[in-house]
Amino acid sequence: MALFRLNGVHLKHHKNTAKMSPERITTPKTIIIPMSMHIGAPATPVVKAGDEVKVGQLIAEAGNGLSSPIYSGVSGTVKKIDEMVTSVGGMTTTVIIETDGEQTVHESVTPPSVTNREEFLAAIGRSGIVGLGGAGFPTPVKLGADVSQIETIVVNGAECEPYITSDTRTMIDDASLVADGISMLMKYLEAKECVVGIEKNKPECIVSMRRALEKVEGAEVRPLPSIYPQGGEKVLVYHTTGKVIKEGALPISCGVIVINCTTVAAIAKFVRTGMPLVEKCVTVDGSAVTTPKNVIAPIGTPVMDLVEFCGGFSEPPRKVIYGGPMMGIALPDMSSPVLKQTNAILVFGRRDATPPEAHACIRCGKCVSSCPFGLSPCDISRAYAKQDGEALEKLRVNICMECGCCSYACPAKRNIVQTNKLAKGVLRKYQMSKKEAGK
Amino acid sequence: MDNSVLLVSPAPHVRASVTTRRIMLDVVIALCPALLAATLIFGYRSLLITALCVAVAVVSEWAFERICKREVTVGDISAVVTGMILGLNLPYNIPLWQAAFGSGVAIIIVKQLFGGIGKNFANPAICARIIMLLSFGGAMSTYAYNDTVTSATPLAELTSGENTTSLIDLFLGKYSGCIGETCALALLIGGVYLIARRVITWHIPVTFIGTVFIFSLLVSGFDAIYALRHVLSGGLILGAVFMATDYTTSPSTAWGKVIFGVGCGFITIVIRLYASYPEGVSFAILFMNILNPYICSLTRKKPFGMIKAKERKAAK
Repeated sequence: MALFRLNGVHLKHHKNTAKMSPERITTPKTIIIPMSMHIGAPATPVVKAGDEVKVGQLIAEAGNGLSSPIYSGVSGTVKKIDEMVTSVGGMTTTVIIETDGEQTVHESVTPPSVTNREEFLAAIGRSGIVGLGGAGFPTPVKLGADVSQIETIVVNGAECEPYITSDTRTMIDDASLVADGISMLMKYLEAKECVVGIEKNKPECIVSMRRALEKVEGAEVRPLPSIYPQGGEKVLVYHTTGKVIKEGALPISCGVIVINCTTVAAIAKFVRTGMPLVEKCVTVDGSAVTTPKNVIAPIGTPVMDLVEFCGGFSEPPRKVIYGGPMMGIALPDMSSPVLKQTNAILVFGRRDATPPEAHACIRCGKCVSSCPFGLSPCDISRAYAKQDGEALEKLRVNICMECGCCSYACPAKRNIVQTNKLAKGVLRKYQMSKKEAGK
Repeated sequence: MDNSVLLVSPAPHVRASVTTRRIMLDVVIALCPALLAATLIFGYRSLLITALCVAVAVVSEWAFERICKREVTVGDISAVVTGMILGLNLPYNIPLWQAAFGSGVAIIIVKQLFGGIGKNFANPAICARIIMLLSFGGAMSTYAYNDTVTSATPLAELTSGENTTSLIDLFLGKYSGCIGETCALALLIGGVYLIARRVITWHIPVTFIGTVFIFSLLVSGFDAIYALRHVLSGGLILGAVFMATDYTTSPSTAWGKVIFGVGCGFITIVIRLYASYPEGVSFAILFMNILNPYICSLTRKKPFGMIKAKERKAAK
């Protein structure tokens, strides 16, 4: 167990939708599926304009190297292959499908035969599953680690971001799927133990997961303090197993695989039914949404359709966010689609959307005392202002996971975490020039 | 719908309710019991001195920033805090022009010339007080209580060994000294408020006062009354709660604060016992202010999972 508790911030939870079972959205008229919904190379479309598609049909195969295939969540006709600007500013190819409302299931959807590790990994490789907690890292790659290294599987049920309850609903409504997925993972990856980390503000999830895991040997639920960011990978691993993931290393370096609870449920669902990842439970909430809900929507559903399904806007929208308010990305327009890793769409009105004005740093140290990793964000900001790569290397800005606690806690309302992100660029440049000088 | 109205800004999209202004306002609130005590113990001139210092501090900050075409930061109330602390650090009969001069020095020379809020190397009120002590030695060390203009302070009495003030009077502030420093009760109420509001932590006040107490206990051969007199006399509590805890000039980590507090306490008692000045709080804080950057870099936290440069080389 962990020797001490990592710092963080106490947030207002706003888990308004925690008690709402997800509702299925009426099939949208059009869906937009970007080819880049995961970390790695974009997928390559295998359909063209005019093609008929059905639910569960492959529409894009995985690109080279780190990538993931994409399946259709609707039946209908491919309208066109287009391009769009992603939420992070890049360009991506999209497949636009006009739906027929029939939701006919494709004949390829049959349960895969899984009897050993190779078959299991091959099946997951076809499933289109990526890390559903938000990162979008292709799951097969993560699970493909050498079995001799794997000791512990840590299932992330922390859901530490405010508002979001899609993982909460997974752990309550689909507890048996999660438990099934856990036993598969433990069996095929030969893991000795599994820990499910859940924040204490979700007692229902703790109860339902404990009940579901009664028959799974070596698996247990570990309640975590409700302090953001419990769901940060290194924080979660430390608080559940006491293991410290070193700077620049992956969890597997200390024998751990971290996987989100909804990802685990998706794995079990695919192995049971053969239905690949084509739809997502999304929390739709925020001050500008009339009736906040959990909505099951096909991947590619435009944000606008989701909000309309939740009764439309209660006030003019000023900010739309993919994900939670601490780390989520603000969207430039409402036609952006639900992605594989989207777990929430938050819409805020003027009052909540306007960022506060930043003032001079008063050196209060609140950024230092709130940082889970014990960094000194105020010193990093000063080193960044001087573009001092050497100082940034000493201050270990590369360890920053960009959780946003520093910006949140700052009384002068400075965009500290944004400066940290920019400072990482300065550090990389410094380290590259140092390497070149060394040659 | 007009999509162009959507705001795209970096995460996080929620912020804590605490602001610089709210923190400064909390310090002002925490100083109010001491100001009230000063008025009750010494008289209405206490209010006049403090109000003048606040007014001069705010006006000089505003004027300096306007002249230098900087952003005007009077709205963050930090100048009010500086003025108020300086006012409470002055004797009752200080000539008003001297008080005004001190307040101007604090803001213009110590704060603004170094770049304004968050950039000063030392506490503005402390520096101004020391400059006034050196410039107007007579007026700055003539204390009044009960109309006896030249009564000796309990600190001077501690040196001479003729203690005339009871411990209760020391606690309630009924003795001669600077207007805001005498009433320990009022200052402690302010301190508890600041800690409860999480504006400051306990580390600096407790280690500062604790070091003075333990050191005086040791030199007096465990005379607790003598040690308590040291704690309750002079500017110790005012300095430990309100001046040594200044964010800009004190460390931000817990260990840094402990070192800072112990250092302040040690220098204070050494000056009190062995130097020619009866009081050492201001000098002690100023000295530790100057050491602050070194304490900060020595006590910086070790980042979680950090690999030391040496270990990395050894691994290669």
